[in-house]
Amino acid sequence: MVTELIDPSVYEALFPEGITRYAVGGLFVGLGAAVIYFGTGIIAGASTFLESTLSYVSDQSRFQRYRYDRDWRIVFTVGIIIGAAIYGVFWQGELWTTDVQPARLLLGGLLVGIGTRIGKGCTSGHGVCGVGSASKTSIVGVMTFLIVAIGTAQLVMALGVKP
Amino acid sequence: MSGPDSQAQSPLFLPLVLVGGILFGFGLGYSHMARPEVVLDFLQFSDFGLLFVMFGAAIVTGLAFGLIPRLRTSAPLTGQEYTRRLKSFDKNVLVGGAIFGVGWGLSGICPGAAYASLGIGNITILWALVGMFAGAYLQGVWRSSNYSNN
Repeated sequence: MVTELIDPSVYEALFPEGITRYAVGGLFVGLGAAVIYFGTGIIAGASTFLESTLSYVSDQSRFQRYRYDRDWRIVFTVGIIIGAAIYGVFWQGELWTTDVQPARLLLGGLLVGIGTRIGKGCTSGHGVCGVGSASKTSIVGVMTFLIVAIGTAQLVMALGVKP
Repeated sequence: MSGPDSQAQSPLFLPLVLVGGILFGFGLGYSHMARPEVVLDFLQFSDFGLLFVMFGAAIVTGLAFGLIPRLRTSAPLTGQEYTRRLKSFDKNVLVGGAIFGVGWGLSGICPGAAYASLGIGNITILWALVGMFAGAYLQGVWRSSNYSNN
């Protein structure tokens, strides 16, 4: 459909891998959140798990407020790992590891851990569930992290940092 | 978001959360979002497929949040009322969003995708997960002492 609307070479430049894997994957992500919502009324994002799990080992009030959520959030995360492993075994067929260097992952992860918790959500909480709720807060949150992430990644590329 | 009793509501509560997580994680694997390289390709404008993942998923949740409350008044496994995800806006949304954006742009990984990345065998992603827990811990300690009532 999209391929008929735009020039094939433009489509190829925008979507070199096509769009099927992205659209189908996105539908499954949404479906997972929808199943949990239907059964429990809970709107699940992924980043609260970081704080709720810390409540097992830290008495800080910031983590203890999630103590009643922490068990199901671990189950949710284990589910995410299993679901990705199903893809890994039956579609990918081999173990895959990133070439992005550990320093970038560690420092980036640190900022992701700080930012998602201060900013009230991540790509799934704001991006999928918040946008799905037509929440103005989430739409502003998504615009903010998307624009800053694009700027950062472009800068990293311009500086020649690889991989 | 859920009360103290939510886990005791039904024996099917945790199994259902697991099924939802599996679908969610499968989607992150299938869409290649579990690979930081593919997310970086989006942020560096060489493959815009990520837009279909995020907005595709948001369309599905949007339909669910819109339709399910018309079918039932409360969730079968918890008795919880159906609501939408509406968080209050303040400057934290901008400050936190910007910090998250720098981290995401640097590493190409976000929390859900990091968990999924473990599932596809990416043991190297543990660096990012260690970073995320450390970051969540630092902001939690700082905010627990600064805003005890927040």
